[in-house]
Amino acid sequence: MYRLPCGTFNTTYKQDMALFRTKFLKFWVTMFFVFLLVFPFVANVYLLSLANIIGIAVVGALGLNILTGFAGQISLGHGAFIGVGAYTSALLVMRLHVPFWFALPAAGFFTAIVGMIFGIPSLRVKGLYLAIATLAAQVIINFVMIHWSSLTKGTSGLPVDPPRLFGLVFDTDQKYYFITMTFAVLATTFAKNLQRTRVGRAFMAVRDNDLAAEIIGINLFKYKLLAFFVSSFYAGIAGALWAHYVTIITPEHFTIAESINYLAMIIIGGIGSVLGSIFGAIFMVLLPEVLRLIADALSGVYPSIGNFFSAMREVVFGLTIILFLIYEPDGLNHRWQMIKAYWKLWPFSY
Amino acid sequence: MQYFVQLLVTGLVLGSVYAMVALGFVLIYKSSSVINFAQGELVLIGAYMALWMTVSLHIPFLISFVLTLVFAVILGFAIERLFLRPMIGEPILSVIMLTIGLSAFLKGLVIILWGTETRVFPEIFSQEPVKLGFVRISQVYIWSLVLSIIFLVIFTLFFKYTDIGIAMRATADDQTAALSMGISVKRVFAMAWAVAAVVAAVGGILLGNINGINISVAQFGLRVFPVVILGGLDSVPGAIIGGFIIGIIENLASGYLDPYFGGGVREVASFVVLVIILMIKPYGLFGLERIERV
Repeated sequence: MYRLPCGTFNTTYKQDMALFRTKFLKFWVTMFFVFLLVFPFVANVYLLSLANIIGIAVVGALGLNILTGFAGQISLGHGAFIGVGAYTSALLVMRLHVPFWFALPAAGFFTAIVGMIFGIPSLRVKGLYLAIATLAAQVIINFVMIHWSSLTKGTSGLPVDPPRLFGLVFDTDQKYYFITMTFAVLATTFAKNLQRTRVGRAFMAVRDNDLAAEIIGINLFKYKLLAFFVSSFYAGIAGALWAHYVTIITPEHFTIAESINYLAMIIIGGIGSVLGSIFGAIFMVLLPEVLRLIADALSGVYPSIGNFFSAMREVVFGLTIILFLIYEPDGLNHRWQMIKAYWKLWPFSY
Repeated sequence: MQYFVQLLVTGLVLGSVYAMVALGFVLIYKSSSVINFAQGELVLIGAYMALWMTVSLHIPFLISFVLTLVFAVILGFAIERLFLRPMIGEPILSVIMLTIGLSAFLKGLVIILWGTETRVFPEIFSQEPVKLGFVRISQVYIWSLVLSIIFLVIFTLFFKYTDIGIAMRATADDQTAALSMGISVKRVFAMAWAVAAVVAAVGGILLGNINGINISVAQFGLRVFPVVILGGLDSVPGAIIGGFIIGIIENLASGYLDPYFGGGVREVASFVVLVIILMIKPYGLFGLERIERV
């Protein structure tokens, strides 16, 4: 439940719908932006690379959360859609020599259209069946990436140039940081605003009960496909950002494991929550890093731990998802709201 | 022609394994509406368990086979009790994610315990191929086909005549009605997981005897989706027939199309079939069409 601090009275609808409803919140969001701006100048390369990966993951997770969290359509093909975006942008830049800044939105739109095509089954089937239909999308798209090797160079990987602007090459983590963060902030703002428009509310009506939504006048055909469109657009942008960041892309990165990773992000962060997507992205990027630190620390005591590292990661990944689903099903966002509520209501918490 | 028949026969054998795995999958879905992404890992664990007992502990194959099935029952009970019972009443996505998490967890455990390299069963069946007309079939294929047909018959009878089997079908049909008739729905769920683990283990052992096992066997968990969609998610005969059809389709597709695509058609062919089925007949051949009311 959202609690406003004592003494805040909204007297107009505009105030009620505002993104920042208190000055306190506005202040801290501003401070956060200041932090984001200062961060690249104080952090080292390792932290910056993590920040870049997180930024890209935030865009992807927001996309999946719009589809799954807002509109209630389960997708197991998000990783493949991100791959479509990555390959589209990479091929546009490398083959047709389109500038990155045009290739990026083009990748978004192309992925959106591909996503919409694979979203068509959502009109007839839902729930489990839709999950399986998107799983098929995942398998088929991945197959095309591997086997259309005249175009994608298959498993040997496609080299990609870093983006340039007016002679400036974004080839270091520090420079690329500004691109990823710009898009992460844009994506977050858009998603946050989407929540309070007619479209966003229609998505939620479809999620809660699609038959009821249709009866109150929501065009299911339009809004389900629109949800796939927006979500895949995000995926395309995330993919394009990823392609130009890592500068070589292979189909192995866009498998079912990637889709599951994104699903885990929104589950752990909080389904249907913008803030949750960000929490989830941060958590899932940092989890393997923390594990690696632990493994490194333990390697002095147990030298064989390195052999088990990838298996350990799987075990911890699985356990994390299971424990979150059982003990914290509403995700980190819910916990964050509880903490905030605790401080606001203290000492009378009821 | 000979090539075609050869593909058909091996497809049939592969299909029998698919049918076994799909049977467990459908059972869980039918009784508890849980879609189990960890089915492939159950196959994997069953196969490794039997392998470990025969190779490392030198237990005769038949005894280790039975012991593996006992272990699978315990594993199924444990999974249901520990992970699935807290999820009763949660949204579909959460349950799906839980089984996905479970599959990652189990897969990691298997790698830690048994490593990733391919291991083969010691020869249990004679290597001499049998000539049937003009096709040569290795004995292990015949055995796996026979064994899976035996198991499929046993399970069909189990559902038709035993009390537990009837209770499971009743729960699948209507949970509330089953509860009011004095059936313990929790026990039925646990049974469904136990049976699913058992059939998965049998499938894994057969697979291990055909071409060895490694971690990629877990893919069976995903490859079984086209099977259950074709047959209908909640239909036991559908799972069996779907298993044979998909097995044959995969083998024919990979036999004839692989040279043009450079391999890998096997995995994708069945998913193309899946998309087509979802477009024209989403509830499969024998699935129950759900009519929704607001």
